[in-house]
Amino acid sequence: MNDDCILLAHGGGGRLSHHLIESEILTRFGAGVLASLPDAAALELTQQRICFTTDGFVVQPLEFPGGNIGDLAVHGTVNDLAVSGALPRWLSLALILEEGLPLVVLRRVLDAIKQAAEACGVSVVTGDTKVVRRGQCDGLYITTSGIGEALVGFDLRLDRVVPGDRILVSGPLGDHGAAILAAREGFSLACSPVSDSRPVHRLVEGVASCAAGIRFMRDPTRGGLAAVLNEMTSGQSFGILIRASDLPFSSATSALAEIMGLDLLHVASEGCLVMICAHEVAEAILAYWRTRPEGQHAREIGVVTEQAGRVMLESVIGGVRMVDLPSGELLPRIC
Amino acid sequence: MNYLDGFRNRDAADRFRKILAQLGGQLDQACFMEVCGSHTMAIARFAIRDFLPQSVKLVSGPGCPVCVTDPGYIDTAIELAGKGEIVVTFGDMMRVPGSHSTLAQARAAGGRIVSCYSPMTALELARAHPECTVTFLAIGFETTIAPVIAMLDTARRTGISNLTVLTAFKLVPPVLAALIVDPELKIDGFLCPAHVSAIIGADAYRPFAANHGVSCVVAGFEPLDILYGLEGLLRQRIAGEATVENQYNRVVRPEGNRVAQRLIAHYLMPVEASWRGLGVIPASGLTLRPEFAAFDALHRHGITLQPGRSNPHCLCGEVLKGKINPSECPLFGVACHPEHPLGPCMVSSEGSCAAAYRFASGDHDER
Repeated sequence: MNDDCILLAHGGGGRLSHHLIESEILTRFGAGVLASLPDAAALELTQQRICFTTDGFVVQPLEFPGGNIGDLAVHGTVNDLAVSGALPRWLSLALILEEGLPLVVLRRVLDAIKQAAEACGVSVVTGDTKVVRRGQCDGLYITTSGIGEALVGFDLRLDRVVPGDRILVSGPLGDHGAAILAAREGFSLACSPVSDSRPVHRLVEGVASCAAGIRFMRDPTRGGLAAVLNEMTSGQSFGILIRASDLPFSSATSALAEIMGLDLLHVASEGCLVMICAHEVAEAILAYWRTRPEGQHAREIGVVTEQAGRVMLESVIGGVRMVDLPSGELLPRIC
Repeated sequence: MNYLDGFRNRDAADRFRKILAQLGGQLDQACFMEVCGSHTMAIARFAIRDFLPQSVKLVSGPGCPVCVTDPGYIDTAIELAGKGEIVVTFGDMMRVPGSHSTLAQARAAGGRIVSCYSPMTALELARAHPECTVTFLAIGFETTIAPVIAMLDTARRTGISNLTVLTAFKLVPPVLAALIVDPELKIDGFLCPAHVSAIIGADAYRPFAANHGVSCVVAGFEPLDILYGLEGLLRQRIAGEATVENQYNRVVRPEGNRVAQRLIAHYLMPVEASWRGLGVIPASGLTLRPEFAAFDALHRHGITLQPGRSNPHCLCGEVLKGKINPSECPLFGVACHPEHPLGPCMVSSEGSCAAAYRFASGDHDER
């Protein structure tokens, strides 16, 4: 039984705890700073300015089409650093495990973390593992914090945004939220949405030569594009107009949204970048993004307007309306 | 997605814009009502009001089943959750204000309330939890009644006995009949629901055209469907006609879905129903026939629905009757908004107030 699932004793600090750390954590992340299990990692900076972020991950189901909670926890934090204009370097990894969690699930999640971290070029340098009683968490929660080094040339501030600037997105919107919803509801469609969980930092690093023309970036996670655009314009002297016909959506996600009555503007992506940039650099940025797999569907979706604080959308048939913040939980419509 | 894209064609929409403008110029004024919440939602989402000629007033009707649900019904659902029942509901219902609280608040307080996409979830939960009773909050118009009854039929055939429904089914034709005779409302035409009509059939609207001179067009939910529907209504008014035109004949038949109608009639019988904001309308609801009382949550628990208490300043009733626009309610956008809905029209994404709030077309005065 010990070998099958997590027991409370795995978090007790005794022999089982050590065994769990040695066999599951160090085998995957023990090559560098973490090898000696120091209480804190000592890191060598090459830049004066760092960015530091943290994020908690509680997704259900733990495994979903396109990823699992492990790679999501890496990508989420890497992307928060990327949109801040930083090159992600180091991650912390805190695991909260529920008693009874099958070890095979934990191993798949840890493998995904290892692979995602390697693919992103970041190291897991510190961490923690706790076990809670059955019923006190939903299988497995992860918190990752990340440190990145600021890329030279980026000056990301909303007060640099001016009317006429362009709004770019790096890929299809809403795939993560749609994949989770479909998995949670047990929908089996001929063509199901797949999460876009993936890193976007190379899309930022690769356009550093255009940095002077890049005003602001965000990744449209919770609340989707609508939330990000409203955050960008809130209290500002500019507005944003997006064109529905230019919004990139995958066909599987669009189909699910039609069936479930979801507004995809409110649905989360986990591997997408929204950028406001000067119109002079927009084409060069899109051209570079489209050379990379994570940016091949990149689009210019709109412009910055003089309508202070307003996010507007030109519908596919040409009418114009407002785009509001989503309100709370995504609630399925009745019909 | 080609099927959908075809009904969202920009060039065709531009042609409709010109046609509607030209037709609108031939009338002094016309008042049309889009009856169904899904039409309200699509009109807002695709900014179709931008296409209306000045002479046309388009008001939203009572066709959002969540919005017309009486607060007393929510109170009863919360009471059942408090008894340890598993209560299963369509998600829109979670935030609808009851007299004192919402289902979302009851869930946060420990109530076992599950939001679902399909009534079949209730059946699956009943199978998985034989130790307790599962109650499905059975609201909706004809479109929704059919799958709920299909679920109940499966439960009965497979011997599931721990499943009940709390019914607040509503029927579209009786409420339209009530609205037509309201002297404060002067409706020239109904944009008739798409999927409700798939069940009841386009012929169900004939009395409104024949006896009351109201033009009726059954239209689909895609933007070109709606624009075409508005064109149809305008052409009838210009010609001085009142007929039933079924433009959604790719789905809707004149006689409707006979199988669904038979199944519904087998299990349910007409009752008077209380509509939030509209009051009690005779024979405008459906409830379980006495022989199926074992599935009736009220019967099973020996309780009766009590009338609930709405916010006295809420003008949802006037909005639901199409008498005022959402922005004319003093609570709109101030005390009542999607994060803090006081009235039901602000809760459901199909509600007129929520649609008006979320999809306002430009100027702040709509907020």
